[in-house]
Amino acid sequence: MIPFVAKRLWNGFLTLAALATLTFFVMRLAPGGPFSRNRKISPEVQANIEAAFHLDEPVYQQFARYIWGILRGDLGPSTRFRDYSVNDLIAAGLPTSLTIGFWAILVAALVGIALGLAGALRRNGWTDYAAGAVGVIGIAIPIFIIGPLMQAYFSVYLGWLPVGGWNDGWRSLILPVLVLALPNIAYISRLTRSSTIEVLRENHVRTARAKGIGPARVLLGHAMTGALLPVIAYLGPASAALITGSILIETVFALPGIGRFFVDAALNRDYPLVMGITLVYGGFLIIFNIMTDLVRGWLDPRIRHEG
Amino acid sequence: MKADLPKLRSAASVQFSRFSANRMAMISVWLLALTVALCFLGPYAFPFTAEDADFDNISAGVDLFSIHPFGTDDYGRDLLIRVLEGGQVSLMIGFLGALVAGVIGVLYGAVAGFAGGRTDNIMMRFVEVLYGFPYVILVILLSLLLGGGTLALFTALVFTLWLTPAVIVRAQAQSLSRREFIEAARAGGMTSWQIVTQHIVPNTISLVIVYGSLLVPEVILSESFLSFLGIGIKEPQASWGNLIQIGTSQMATDLRLLLLPGTLLALVLFCLNFIADGLRDAFDPNEH
Repeated sequence: MIPFVAKRLWNGFLTLAALATLTFFVMRLAPGGPFSRNRKISPEVQANIEAAFHLDEPVYQQFARYIWGILRGDLGPSTRFRDYSVNDLIAAGLPTSLTIGFWAILVAALVGIALGLAGALRRNGWTDYAAGAVGVIGIAIPIFIIGPLMQAYFSVYLGWLPVGGWNDGWRSLILPVLVLALPNIAYISRLTRSSTIEVLRENHVRTARAKGIGPARVLLGHAMTGALLPVIAYLGPASAALITGSILIETVFALPGIGRFFVDAALNRDYPLVMGITLVYGGFLIIFNIMTDLVRGWLDPRIRHEG
Repeated sequence: MKADLPKLRSAASVQFSRFSANRMAMISVWLLALTVALCFLGPYAFPFTAEDADFDNISAGVDLFSIHPFGTDDYGRDLLIRVLEGGQVSLMIGFLGALVAGVIGVLYGAVAGFAGGRTDNIMMRFVEVLYGFPYVILVILLSLLLGGGTLALFTALVFTLWLTPAVIVRAQAQSLSRREFIEAARAGGMTSWQIVTQHIVPNTISLVIVYGSLLVPEVILSESFLSFLGIGIKEPQASWGNLIQIGTSQMATDLRLLLLPGTLLALVLFCLNFIADGLRDAFDPNEH
């Protein structure tokens, strides 16, 4: 188990290093800079600003400064929000993004598994069809269509929930979490349904039934672990989907999270902020994948021994 | 499958009849064909283009029997034509992007799997590192690097999407490379490149069709997602993504600007998903 974790951590570290390097050079090579505006500023002012952000140094020196900063946990100053450092901005936005992401994945897992199980146990019943419909809708209608439609109906037309923003406590959470969870509910319920159907046909489940164990115990004690393995494996890719989704959700619902900061920073060439958030996302993805693998290994000895 | 199928049918014809027996998939094929035809031929039925402003009819509402059946936007541009021309862009990027990403992925995977050993290790390590990147971030960074615009977006999408076909084909190629007919081909004097292109790739084709069909909706979704965020295709060039974005900003007063492009995009994604399902069931029925 320990060499397994160590290997994964090392791989994750390599990925993160490659990500940091790539981001740095992409941002430097991309046309336009953070201070190239339509409005003309005098060359002296331009030079002063660039010197203040070390943009006048040779690229390798900037790169060294950047890497040294990361090692000390300092991501530098934001070039767009002049009075804030990237650390401040991430610290301000991350709680929002994490709150939404956490609730979305929780809702998606609970609802998705429940729908999938209901579909598998009563095949072709009405729950099965309902789950199928949710699945198709969740997969085919993108978040950025469902989100605005829900806003239009629940917030503008019915006036039940805030249209966006982050100032109404739990009420501002409901729509973003629901919309972000929907595509994941779709995938998870599909996966749960097909894997449960498969597991219920296996010999050990038949044996358990033949021994006279009640249906609830067969399901929970014998079939559940096997049925949920693919679902847990999906949580890795789901975390990547969650990042994509949260960028959209935060834009649609005007939430002050790091996803919106990222788009804003990318469009305004705020190099340090783009790089900082990229690293946060990369690190999040790696940790999530390692945790997923650990849980899978814990549930399924075959994976553990493969290394 | 029933046992009384005629023995002499080719695999392709069995697969084709299995696919055409799938009602949802067939309906999807026709609907998709209709949408594609509408997007590419529809604009010719009108005397103006998506970028012509009609100053007498600014923000006109829905009136199915007027010259602007679905009305116009704030600049007096015909909404229906804009949505159809936006569809051309989205569909072109979707199909071409999936094709190019598929070809690159298949060749890369086939070479890695066939070569094996050190080459395979290095090639797949590279894929692994790229896989670890957050997908959206990579696309956004690349399209910024390439200066924005349609071509930059296309390249960025292709660059991030060839990975999955590469991994899938590589696994297949690896097991193929140990088979006797490859040995025979080598003994017969074929070069490695000839073996890869003439034996390995053709044998992975059914796998590629199945996963490639899933790439199309993915590319279309990514394109519209980025255009929605303002990073992809930009005004005045229309695409479903940026039309939906405009629709969102005006939805409190006028929902049709959101609904028209949104419905078409959702319809195309529905169809592509059902077609992909149908293809998967037709090509490897054992999966389910």
